[in-house]
Amino acid sequence: MALKEVGPMEEIRNHMQIPRPEYIAGGHSACQGCGHFVIIRHLLKASGPNTIVVNPTGCVEVVTTVFPYSSWKVPWIHVAFENGGAVASGVEAAVRTLQRKGVLSEDEPINVIVFAGDGGTVDIGFQSLSGMLERGHKVVYVLLDNEAYMNTGIQRSGSTPFGAWTTTTPVGKKWKGEWRVRKDMIQIAVAHHIPYAATINPAYPVDMYNKMVKALKADGPAFLHAYSPCPTGWRFDPSKTIEVARLAVLTGYWVLYEYDHGKYKVNVPVLKRKPIREFIKIQGRFRHMTEEQIKRLQEIVDEQVEMINKLVGRTVIGPVEG
Amino acid sequence: MPRLALTTNYAVAHAAKDSDVDVIAAYPITPSTPAAEKLAEFAANGEIDAEYIHVESEHSAASALVGASAVGARTFTVTASQGLIYMSEVLYIASGLRLPIVLGVASRALSAPLSIWGDMHDIAVLRDAGIVTYFVSSAQEAYDTVIQAFKVAEDPRVHLPAIVDYDGFVLSHVTEPVETLEKEEVLKFIPKKITWNTLNPKNPISMGTVGEPDWYYEFKYQQQVAMENALKVAEEVDEEFGKVFGRKYGVVEPFMMEDAEVALLAYGAHAGTARVAVERARKEGIKVGLVRLKLWRPFPVPHLKKLFDGISVVGVLDRAMSLGAPRQGPVALDLMAMYASDPSSAPKMASYTIGIGQRDVRVEDILYIINQLAEFAKGKEIPERTIPIGLRE
Amino acid sequence: MMNKNLPGWRELPEGAVVRDPGNTETIDVSGWRVFKPVIIDDKCTRCRLCWIYCPDGAIIEVIDEKAKMGKRYEVDYVHCKGCGICYAECPVNAIEWVPEER
Repeated sequence: MALKEVGPMEEIRNHMQIPRPEYIAGGHSACQGCGHFVIIRHLLKASGPNTIVVNPTGCVEVVTTVFPYSSWKVPWIHVAFENGGAVASGVEAAVRTLQRKGVLSEDEPINVIVFAGDGGTVDIGFQSLSGMLERGHKVVYVLLDNEAYMNTGIQRSGSTPFGAWTTTTPVGKKWKGEWRVRKDMIQIAVAHHIPYAATINPAYPVDMYNKMVKALKADGPAFLHAYSPCPTGWRFDPSKTIEVARLAVLTGYWVLYEYDHGKYKVNVPVLKRKPIREFIKIQGRFRHMTEEQIKRLQEIVDEQVEMINKLVGRTVIGPVEG
Repeated sequence: MPRLALTTNYAVAHAAKDSDVDVIAAYPITPSTPAAEKLAEFAANGEIDAEYIHVESEHSAASALVGASAVGARTFTVTASQGLIYMSEVLYIASGLRLPIVLGVASRALSAPLSIWGDMHDIAVLRDAGIVTYFVSSAQEAYDTVIQAFKVAEDPRVHLPAIVDYDGFVLSHVTEPVETLEKEEVLKFIPKKITWNTLNPKNPISMGTVGEPDWYYEFKYQQQVAMENALKVAEEVDEEFGKVFGRKYGVVEPFMMEDAEVALLAYGAHAGTARVAVERARKEGIKVGLVRLKLWRPFPVPHLKKLFDGISVVGVLDRAMSLGAPRQGPVALDLMAMYASDPSSAPKMASYTIGIGQRDVRVEDILYIINQLAEFAKGKEIPERTIPIGLRE
Repeated sequence: MMNKNLPGWRELPEGAVVRDPGNTETIDVSGWRVFKPVIIDDKCTRCRLCWIYCPDGAIIEVIDEKAKMGKRYEVDYVHCKGCGICYAECPVNAIEWVPEER
């Protein structure tokens, strides 16, 4: 028997409990199969109507708010590309002071959420995010990571993975896609002494939903790093968005873990990892990769898995299946 | 009404406190830093009921205030120079979003070479941003103008950011007696009334949308209309301020213009020096007057036209250089444009740059200019370029 | 070229705000589709995964006492862009993938 749906800000036990009301409308012009909108739909359900969204420039902003239209059923603001953290800081500070002064009701807490892309977070918005985290603003910052600048047409960012083709890491005689290792944003966020940081993934909606609830309830800034497959930029069929997202977890490429007040926990253990080859073979952006490059990417994943296992103090993500 | 000895930096901080600002976001930069420190001191002592955001840059200061203003908070910051132009991206957006953020700017030169000293290159960059921009000439005027700026910016006919600009060091760091006001009487003059668009879950709206070619132009035109409205509103507010508190300034301030044949147009601290020079020149028999430009944006065209009616030559003293323009002085360029459609009514104009990078401006320098204007009035040819004052050849 | 049928600057909201948010609901994106999902109600186990994974909120959960388990799932063909996620993720093959005919 299905469990009853819950209200916003409550943790759930299975996906049947996810509340029905939608706070982002259809009819927007995101590409077919866009991972961002699976994530945004559920995070807004977890947050509910008493929410203000700050949305730095990026795909989500341009596909939802071309005047005179908007897909957002909660208050929403876009200011610029590099200042999501700072704008949210101001929103949160204003809510706090106006509630104290009686201009806004103190009975109804207002959640402040940033939805930002990887460009707007790991690159141009990095400083602004750092300031927001360090100052302790009670904001949930969601990094919707599709691993490149997709809005401007697939250029590499500081979050583009090793080996990936983008229009600025093309495959040529000298270059063979991205050759550097991406930033580790969870560790960077945690280094700011924030109470809560976690990775999320749309193929795991219950985990994603509950992490949002925890993030909203945290006594300070929270950082959610969302893995968001992009059919257009990663070159796969739009029907495979969830499959790609799931494979990222099953290969250990994207470990679902959290940092909660000093304690690390892996939320989706993977006893036997699939080889990284399984993950890259269904994405055109990795099609050019040589055996040597695939080996290197596997090493990068192995190192990351080892680091996370160390953080939690035991082997929760196992070895690659033989 | 407590009378305090305040620098202009402290005067603007006091004005923000007495205006009961809700959110302050500030980042240190010379010469505006003492204002940021004073505001922190108020917050630390509980003398101000505001959130003080210790932002990590000026860009974030402006961004945080956009966020705060968009929720309905009364917001304030101070900055200067590189800090102001670093904010400029966001300040253009604040204007486009029609948010009444108020800033104190202790004007300073722009790099390179690096100069921490005063001039008005910084504010000149913001000239076209759609921000109501005042120049003040004393700490008292700065205090009064910050309060007026909130009233103008928050007026439903305006809804634009406003800047109160004061010369770095010459004003920012000089102590003068300032009549301050009680918060209660200030709030009676500028009641907290949120009339602009705000983010509230009870009535969700979307702010900062994309303006496609079918729409963008109309929204830019709305900003222009709001700027035009701001001229009238600024005058009204100044009148009302005068009635309530006994001090008013006008959007332009004429001095000895009644029978003047030649005139100076100056702004900021230099207007004070020019005043002394005009008095001296009068004693030497030169019929010279002075107009101090108080409101730069919107540009008070009718007021200036009226004051310059019948004047033969106007000398414009600019503290910034618009490099490569037909004249370097930004206000000189405005004056040229002001008469473009009716050149027959225009006085002749001579453009001067003075006080660049805190180059000393003495009364003698301005007397030299006045003497030149008198010669131009007699028919001597005015150079087709800006005349630099105090520049080594 | 100026579009004379649109409102002039006096009639437009200050700052380009949108006051009726969620109004992209009035936009029909059905033209994006090459294939469309068709839910076979008999096969559907009400697992809800199509509703969960749809990026466009285009699967509607309809409460219907007469239906199996008190509800059924319908496709909102105005907002479905035909990405195929629901078709790919349905664990019991209760969604058919049918070419659009125009």
